[in-house]
Amino acid sequence: MTENSSIIRMFRVNKRYGSKKALEDISLDIAKNEFLFISGPSGAGKSTLLKLLYLAEPVSEGQILVDGLNLSRISRRRVPLLRRKFGIIFQDYKLIPTRTVFQNVALVLETRGIKRSLIEKRVKSLLRVVDMDDRLTAYPASLSGGEQQRVAVARAVAGDPQIILADEPTGSLDEDSAAIIFKLFHRFHLSGATVVVATHDKTLTSNTSSRVIQIRKGRLDEQPDC
Amino acid sequence: MFYYVRRAIKDIFENRFLNSVTVITITLSVLIVSAFGLFFVNARDLFDSWKNGVRIMIYLEPETSEIQRLDTRSRLQAISGIQNIRFVSKEEALDLMRERMKRQQSLMENLRENPLPDAFEVSLSRDSNSPEVMEFLAQRIEGLSSVSDVEYGQQWFERFSNIFNLFKLAGYVVGGMFFIATVFITANTIRMVLYARREEIHIMRLIGATDNFIRFPYYLESMLQGFVGGGIGLGALYAVMMILGSRFEQTLSAEMLTIRFFSPTTCFFIIGCGMLTGLLGCLFSLKQFLKE
Ligand SMILES: Nc1ncnc2c1ncn2[C@@H]1O[C@H](COP(=O)(O)OP(=O)(O)OP(=O)(O)O)[C@@H](O)[C@H]1O
Ligand SMILES: [Mg+2]
Repeated sequence: MTENSSIIRMFRVNKRYGSKKALEDISLDIAKNEFLFISGPSGAGKSTLLKLLYLAEPVSEGQILVDGLNLSRISRRRVPLLRRKFGIIFQDYKLIPTRTVFQNVALVLETRGIKRSLIEKRVKSLLRVVDMDDRLTAYPASLSGGEQQRVAVARAVAGDPQIILADEPTGSLDEDSAAIIFKLFHRFHLSGATVVVATHDKTLTSNTSSRVIQIRKGRLDEQPDC
Repeated sequence: MFYYVRRAIKDIFENRFLNSVTVITITLSVLIVSAFGLFFVNARDLFDSWKNGVRIMIYLEPETSEIQRLDTRSRLQAISGIQNIRFVSKEEALDLMRERMKRQQSLMENLRENPLPDAFEVSLSRDSNSPEVMEFLAQRIEGLSSVSDVEYGQQWFERFSNIFNLFKLAGYVVGGMFFIATVFITANTIRMVLYARREEIHIMRLIGATDNFIRFPYYLESMLQGFVGGGIGLGALYAVMMILGSRFEQTLSAEMLTIRFFSPTTCFFIIGCGMLTGLLGCLFSLKQFLKE
């Protein structure tokens, strides 16, 4: 893959939490419209890697470019611009507890200044896709883990992101719901989005034609094990 | 927009306790400061009515003839600022004195002749009853022929004027202090609200909300709270005034003291101040909070 087709470039990235090393010497290119799995055991640093991309955490050393933006140079004011390139499914869902299912998903579109009538239509159709359209006015606390995860997926794709970052997007889901989620990812992938899925679920990574990279103890494993 | 107002109201109810602290703080300050203001407005009314009653007494030389007197009168009439001229003959003055000193009648009985001078009583037009103008006029009048003495309530007038101005100044200072204190308290309560919502704010930022987007509802909320606080404060003051007023008016004659409430413009101004207080408090706490 050529350099200029990369949407994400990481160069010799280190990340430490205090004195604890979470990521060491990571160099990684992700192509535009690539479908990439990041796999690895628990505590390997998958979530940390994703957090560096959307600036939830700063890098300790190294450089990251996202769609031409150098993350160590980006000004505070432009951070929201960076984050709008992503649709993020957080490992812990991060739904807002004081807002309903509908409002949680709608919020993404509100931040982009979209008209209310449009928001209403789009949110409802997305929630229909993840089969949550019968729970529009429910609060996150009243949902099961899997249901929350499906809402989180709907929210992530609501803003029509260039890049979908999914951190264990099917961790709480049965096979059928997981399949629905992946079908949704593939749909966005087909329409041009880059998809990055972090997971420790071997069944997801074993029978795929997409690229799979391995992280172990904060380092990239060159040869993927199957 | 309507949607955001509704959201703001809902958010206010979500943090009922902290938000009522804000509202109550604003209510109390508005109540106290405008009570002061109301007192001031009515004191000024009273003062104005006294001012209109201010008179200058012009005593004439003992040997003033009728012609000289008329001459003086016409000269007085020519002075601008003088509204009304009344001649008070020495007989009239003596009668008045007798009337006032009934108890000490024995003193009066020994009088062979009337020791009082003839005089003019002059009242001033509304725009010339400040102490400065009065002093100027008094000096001019004193220069007229056959005038022996000019008397006006200069000292109490000036003293009262000074007290009044001091009072006004104190009002501004107290008002300003209350304003600052309220902004400060409001800022702190809003900071607690923000703290309770920090997770929500964090999530909003992660999904790409700008600072302005996050701030806007809080501005709206705090202005709404200021509006409610100001409204309740003014309403309470009005209620208190009505209750006290009806008590007073039974004892005092109505014309002497009619208590007046603020004009609608002033009411809007006061509520506007309440809103500004909320907004400023919000501004300060948000500025600090969003820096992290
Ligand atoms: N905020 C933090 N402070 C300190 N250490 C952290 C923090 N976040 C993560 N770590 C540590 O960094 C390492 C990598 O964590 P990370 O969450 O990236 O792992 P992961 O691969 O996502 O694991 P899992 O599959 O369980 O989600 C772990 O050892 C973790 O304890
Ligand atoms: Mg993780």
